[in-house]
Amino acid sequence: MTLAPALVPLALQAVETAHPLAATPAHWIWLVLVLPLVGAAVNGVLGVITDWRPGPFDPDPVHTGEFPIPSATLVERAERATPMVMTVIEGHRPRAKPGPGDHGDHHEEGDDAGSHAPPARHPFLGLVSIVGTGVVAAAFAVAVAAFLAMLRTPSEAPYVLTFWDWVKAGPLHIPLALRLDQLSIVMTLVITGVGTLIHLFSIGYMRDDGSYARYFAYLNLFVFFMLLLVLGANYAVMFVGWEGVGLCSFLLIGFWFTEKANADAGKKAFIVNRIGDFGFLVAMFLMFWNFRSLDFTPVMQGAAALPVGSALATTIALFLFLGCTGKSAQIPLYVWLPDAMAGPTPVSALIHAATMVTAGVYLVARSGAIFAAAPAASLTVVLVGALTATFAATIGLKQWDIKKVLAYSTVSQLGYMFVGVGAGAYAAGIFHLVTHAFFKALLFLGAGAVIHSMHHAFHATGRDDDAQDMRNMGGLRRYMPVTFATMWAATLAIAGIIPFAGFFSKDEILGATFAQAHGSVLANASWLGIPGSVVLYAAYVMLLVSAFMTAVYMTRMMLYTFHGPNRTGEGERHHLHEAPLLMTLPLIVLAVLSTVGGWLNVPPLLGALGPVERLGHWLEPVVGAPARALAAGAAEPTLGAEATLVGVAVLVALGGIAYAVARLKPASLVPKAVAPPEQPGIERLLANKYYVDEAYDAAIVQPVVQGSRKVLYRGLDVGIIDRIFVTFFGFEFPRLLSWAGSRLQSGRVGNYAWALLIGVVLLLGAFTLR
Amino acid sequence: MIAEALFFSAVLFVIGVVGVLTRRNAIIIFMCVELMLNAVNLSFVALARLHGITGQAFVVFVMTVAAAEAAVGLAIIISVFRHYQTVDLENVNLLKG
Repeated sequence: MTLAPALVPLALQAVETAHPLAATPAHWIWLVLVLPLVGAAVNGVLGVITDWRPGPFDPDPVHTGEFPIPSATLVERAERATPMVMTVIEGHRPRAKPGPGDHGDHHEEGDDAGSHAPPARHPFLGLVSIVGTGVVAAAFAVAVAAFLAMLRTPSEAPYVLTFWDWVKAGPLHIPLALRLDQLSIVMTLVITGVGTLIHLFSIGYMRDDGSYARYFAYLNLFVFFMLLLVLGANYAVMFVGWEGVGLCSFLLIGFWFTEKANADAGKKAFIVNRIGDFGFLVAMFLMFWNFRSLDFTPVMQGAAALPVGSALATTIALFLFLGCTGKSAQIPLYVWLPDAMAGPTPVSALIHAATMVTAGVYLVARSGAIFAAAPAASLTVVLVGALTATFAATIGLKQWDIKKVLAYSTVSQLGYMFVGVGAGAYAAGIFHLVTHAFFKALLFLGAGAVIHSMHHAFHATGRDDDAQDMRNMGGLRRYMPVTFATMWAATLAIAGIIPFAGFFSKDEILGATFAQAHGSVLANASWLGIPGSVVLYAAYVMLLVSAFMTAVYMTRMMLYTFHGPNRTGEGERHHLHEAPLLMTLPLIVLAVLSTVGGWLNVPPLLGALGPVERLGHWLEPVVGAPARALAAGAAEPTLGAEATLVGVAVLVALGGIAYAVARLKPASLVPKAVAPPEQPGIERLLANKYYVDEAYDAAIVQPVVQGSRKVLYRGLDVGIIDRIFVTFFGFEFPRLLSWAGSRLQSGRVGNYAWALLIGVVLLLGAFTLR
Repeated sequence: MIAEALFFSAVLFVIGVVGVLTRRNAIIIFMCVELMLNAVNLSFVALARLHGITGQAFVVFVMTVAAAEAAVGLAIIISVFRHYQTVDLENVNLLKG
């Protein structure tokens, strides 16, 4: 795909049928895509100019121990290369690359200067910050303008902008087209809005990093691909975005790639996602084979024409959902997300909490007609979502790494969203996606501020300790009051306490699951012989249980991080400080959104609060038909029943918080270095994440590795290819031939004459006797 | 008449072939080669009586080439002798593989 034409304002060539939005600012929606791409290009160029380059002996031979290079050689090479390498040799993570002017200082101050000298700033710090954040902010402005235009000019039909033909081969016709409709504009607003705040936060968080420009280039590129994913008008364009965000995720998880664990985490994310992408691809092939198109509109029409429960719709839906389990970290492919915390924390906030991981939820909502035609597949989505929500929540109960708690919390909340979209409550799923983007981005950014402060404290005294372990924190509310207050807002939101945003969205999913469980098409369908109503009731109970656990582990995290006595250390304590305004400002904005975000979609029960179900009505043209198809037959819950459900949900959340406050004693915690190992039994099982990684390793990774090594490498490559083809046919057989040939060359003229005679006689004889 | 000439030519040729195959002295082998050439010349001349003058013209060419060949061949044999102090071809096997 050539992007060059998109860079010039040739988009005016877009062919649009007379759509009411054509004459409005919505026409400029393509700018939303181009701006982050330009930002990525500019920052990429600056990054290439300024980034330190890995030498021929990277990655980090000292740490991996793979290549035993004498350290004298390394030092010599390092002095010729950048001073960056010196920090690698000293065993410190290369956080900062001194600018060209700082080389002298570095060497003059001696060896220990490398790790404790104040880090030099990136030479293009200002330019990179303005470009990187500015393009996303501008994209947000364009998105808002488009949204306002859509509000002024209501239109049921999607506004499709076709730019040029991307693939034209026989019946396969894929245009590069964008589709602006009620669903994609919601996603675009979330991505650019939350994205802008996270870019802003990143300026403060990543300021001391030597690869500052590279970081913003990747982040801008991610925003571009994410917007392509949600704005694409067909599955193929969406797939380009889908793969692109996977690539950026890989690049950003392994951002500090000189440490092998980080690079491995990036690879793990990429490979696990490959399995899911296989499902997406197969689903696309099936769609094209049966519907002869990959555009959303004809595919949805084709799917809507299929009989309910048809094998084709079920197959396509299940393969699509396989793609979702990879991208959105559901059982069984969730394992990459906790490891993805190896990346910088703002990346975890943007990619692994607010936007990319919700792409699967968007995909299911976007493909609603297919899932509506396949109740069994929808029940699968519900079941997997509910299982993931509960499973991940239990693991979150026993993690010590503040980011790991949030990672499992994200997996759990994604499970919630899938229960919503699986149960046909597409608007509720998207609603939870939006509110989750607010409060989970806030939680991750808050955790980033905490880690930033902890890291500086450890850095100031030169102590080498875990800046992310909650056992090393405690009592931070005295040092970081803004972070403390905003994170509590997010905690109450995720726990589902009225009136925070999470309450409304969670409650809507719970209510929809309960309502669908009786009398609806979904309840009457069966999943592998189990009645749908049983699945839905079970999902409802599992969601309640996980709501309780969510409240427990979030309160636990807050208690251990911000309450009780401080455990950071005597020397380090007075280095703890609140983050700068650049970082607290996004926290405050997100805290406000997490608090009032629920007003987007007020349930009828609380109609006094404002207009009812605004988001639901807004999304109606896109997801209304499939939602009604799946809910057909279900009774609208009475206000009394709904009040009971809401009461139960809030009581469960409050119970979780109360339980955590009553049971957990932050005062009795000890720092990580002196902490005893977990009690055997359930505690250790949870702390070790049910040993799922180990089980996958034993069941899949090791057989593949050992099979590759023993069968493919030792057996096939060394045993057959090397021995027969290389050694025998390539070496021994020619040597035999040449030996035989050289025996004929006696060097005696007489022998040659005899050979000549015999040849002549044979030839003459042959001609004569013919 | 032609039959006798051709028979004699064949005898000469076979003597030449046998000489080349069995003898080791380079001079004798060389002479046997000349013998074969002359056997061919004889059959050319004999057959010229049937097929016209072309055969006799060929003989002139063959003798010219044979003279040149004799000059080159003898020169080679002389330099072989100078190098090896022998013209026994059993000992001259530099091309042995």
